[in-house]
Formats: sequence, C-alpha cells, structure tokens
Amino acid sequence: MSTSVLFDAPGPRTRARHRAYSVVAIVAVAALVVALVLFLNAKGELSYSLWEPFLTPDFVRVLLVDGLLKTLEMAFSSVVLAVVFGALFGVGKLSDHAWVRWPCLLVVEFFRAVPVLLLMIFIFFFWGITHGDSGRYWTVVAALTLYNGAVLAEVFRAGVLALPKGQSEAAYAIGLRKTQVMTSVLLPQAVKIMLPAIISQCVVALKDTSLGMYVVAPGLTRVGKQIYTQFNNQLQTAIVLAALYVIVNLLLTLVATWLQRRLVGEQKPLDVGMTALVNTGENTGGAAGGI
Amino acid sequence: MNEVFSNFDLVLRAFWLTVQIAALSGVVSLVLGTVLVAMRIGPIGVLRQFATTYVTLVRNTPLLVVFIFIFIAAPNVGWFVHTPFLLKGVIAVSLYTSTFVCEALRSGINAVPVGQAEAARAIGMTFSQNLAHVVLPQAFRASVPPLGSTMIAMTKNTSVAAVFGLMEATGRMRFFTNRHADDAVGILIVFAVGYIVIVELISLASYGLERRWRAAR
Repeated sequence: MSTSVLFDAPGPRTRARHRAYSVVAIVAVAALVVALVLFLNAKGELSYSLWEPFLTPDFVRVLLVDGLLKTLEMAFSSVVLAVVFGALFGVGKLSDHAWVRWPCLLVVEFFRAVPVLLLMIFIFFFWGITHGDSGRYWTVVAALTLYNGAVLAEVFRAGVLALPKGQSEAAYAIGLRKTQVMTSVLLPQAVKIMLPAIISQCVVALKDTSLGMYVVAPGLTRVGKQIYTQFNNQLQTAIVLAALYVIVNLLLTLVATWLQRRLVGEQKPLDVGMTALVNTGENTGGAAGGI
Repeated sequence: MNEVFSNFDLVLRAFWLTVQIAALSGVVSLVLGTVLVAMRIGPIGVLRQFATTYVTLVRNTPLLVVFIFIFIAAPNVGWFVHTPFLLKGVIAVSLYTSTFVCEALRSGINAVPVGQAEAARAIGMTFSQNLAHVVLPQAFRASVPPLGSTMIAMTKNTSVAAVFGLMEATGRMRFFTNRHADDAVGILIVFAVGYIVIVELISLASYGLERRWRAAR
C-alpha cells in the first residue's frame, strides 16, 4: 500500500506546513551532524594520524586480504555447506516417514533456537582449540553452517510447499516415484523461489562471521582489533569495519533483489519465521530476514 | 556436569541477566522502531531520508561492530565511560534491533490492502482517522509474526554481550566450558535448553497474540 492513499493531495496550507516541518527537520539533522563533527574534532578524532593506517598500502592490504577476504571465504564456505545441510534436512522434514521427519524437525528447531555464539563456543572448546588457526577458522564455519543450514532447511521446505499442488499431482499422474517428483519436478522449481532467500542468508552469514572475534578466529574483526590496539584508533577502525561490511552486504542485497525480480517476479520474497510456531506460512515480504 | 549443577545459581543468574537485557532492549527497540517507521512513512522528505539511511546502515552492520562502537570506540572519545555494562548492552542491542522492528512494522503496513485505505477515504475519513481506525489496527495484526521473529532473534543476539564481558548465559557457558572442556556436550545442552525455553515462550506469546488479533477477512 502506498502512503499516498492515506491523504488527499495536500493543498497550499498543508504544503506550507510540510515545508515548515522540513526546514525544522533539516536544521535538526544538520545541527546533529555539525555537533558531532565539532565534538570529534575537539577530541582530535579527525586528525590524520588516526586515519593513516587505512591509507597506508601495507595496512590496506592486510585489511583486505587477511581481513575482508578471509571473512568472505568463511561466509562463502559456510553458506555452501549450509545449502547442502538445508537441502538434506528441508527435504527430510517433508518426508512421508515419521522416523525421518521427526529427527530432522528436532535438529532444525534446535539449531534455529540456539544462539550462533553458543554453538561457536561449544565447537571451539570441543574441537577447534587444539587445531590452531585453521581450527578457529573452521569453528566459525561449522557454527555458521549449522545455524544457517537450519534456517535454509526451513526455506527449502517453504519453497517446495509454495509450489502449486498440481505440479506434484501431475508428476505422480505420469508415474514418477516420490524421489523423482522431488528431484526432477519440485526442487528445480523451488530453487528459483529460494535463490533470493539464499542470497539474503549470505548477508546473515557474513554479519555473523564477526562473532569469530570471541574465539579469535581470522577475519575482519581480528585484523580490526590488531589495528586499533596498535594505533589506539578505536572509533576510526570501527567506522572502517562497519563501512566494509555495509558495502559488501549492500552488494549482496542488490544481487538478491535482482534475482528476485528476474526469477520470481512480483511475488513477495520467501520468508520464514524464527521458530515453527511463528512460521505462519504467510509471506511477510522478507521483513524478518537478515537479523 | 556436577560442576554445573552444584553451581546452578550461577546458571540461573546468567539467564536472569539475559532476560533483563532482552526485556529492556525489547521495549526500547519497539519504541525506537515505531519512531523510525513513523519517519519512514511520514510526509517529511528529510526525515524519511534520515530514517532510511539509518536503517540501511545499521541493518547491514554486524551487531558485534555496533557493540564495538558502544563498548570500545565510544568510551575512547569520552562517552559511556561510567555507564553500567547492562545499560551499554541494551543500547547496542536496541540500536540494532530497532531497524528490524521498523522493517517488520513497515511490512505490516504494506500488508493492508489498498482498498481499505481507499474505502476509508471515500467515506470521508481524515488522514488521522484513516490511520487510527482502519490502517494501523490491521497493520499491527499483520506485523505480529515478523515482530515475534525479530524479538526472538534479538533475544539470541543478546549473547553477543558475552564478547564484551557481560556474564549473561553465553558468557557463563564459556566460563563453564573453559573449565570443564570434557563436559562440553552436557554444558551445551543445559544452556541450549535455557535459550530454547525463552525462545519458545516468545513464540508462544507471538502465536497467541496473532490468533487472538487475527482480523476476520
């Protein structure tokens, strides 16, 4: 619903009132920005020496190669593994056999309800701690795989259920087996609906790689910590880290939106709630995603 | 395992802190999110732009980086130096969650069919009557499931506070696991059950509200 339906086209007096509000708002926002800049300047936070590491080629390389690239690698491997995990358990949840369906349901609900950080700490002390740096790396990947895999399992299930019933009925009618119906009729169509949701899940995975800081895993947050410990430029480092994450996430969101428009069309993005109960099967337009 | 059960008061106190952070952040982020959504659908272009920028930036920043801003960067420029950790945690979680609350509410408003608002206009309701009697009551109902999801995600996100020294459930779990690594599985289960109970309570509440408020269409 566009907001314009809420009121008639404003008349001259309302327009004047809105103009007045706008001026006040502009002044308020501008005052806020100016005050912030003046404050930071007074504190010396804008001085070149604090920003210098981010303009020095060596540090930029460390930030991009040891930081950003490692983070992207972690996010990417965990999403690839999560897709496999999600496909297995998502299809498992749709199984006709109760002894397949229930364990899958339990596993998925468990990993969806538990914080990623809790899983990460468990995997770290259970396995990662004795395997050095690669142990820390794979700790993060494993924790993210379990969480995002559980979410994607739900996405897979919702994607398959979102298909018109006639598809599977027609497939059964021409004599395909259950597995054939799933693999050659339902999944190929469902993937189209799911792809944007999977890309959106990449944003979640990417953001959650930052949690690796708690187990001193490689990636942007570790490099960031090294930089701000050395130069005592906490604020500047935080700004640069946030900017890097925001840029990559916005690019991913662009891809997701483009895929959505290209593959799915006007239909709303696939969205699953956080637990079985909240998942009403109604699409909320992707509002719950990304957190 | 004995270690955990003989120190069970520590576990309970840790979960109490988790609940405190979650409850406080829930209230603050609902208020902030409502203000943001009001700016975003309102007629003032500057505020719309401001709210959109805020939501886009904060939504795409990891919560951990938001925590770095509040817990490490801000004290370095003289802010929040003597603020209690609990309060700083609530600020960080709320700043982050409010953007998702804003999106959930906006999706609720978008879910109201255009015909509803048009019909209200047609029988002569003003803007505020239209909002108060027709659009918002339906929008609120439609946003219950996404809001419930957001609140659940927020509760799980309070665990990030552990990284910055708050001894809430996840911090306590690390404390125990660090000391008794051979009991890692048992400790995980104890703490996971705690989180699952909280999460399922929130989803029950959300489910109940949704059923109770479901609009007859």
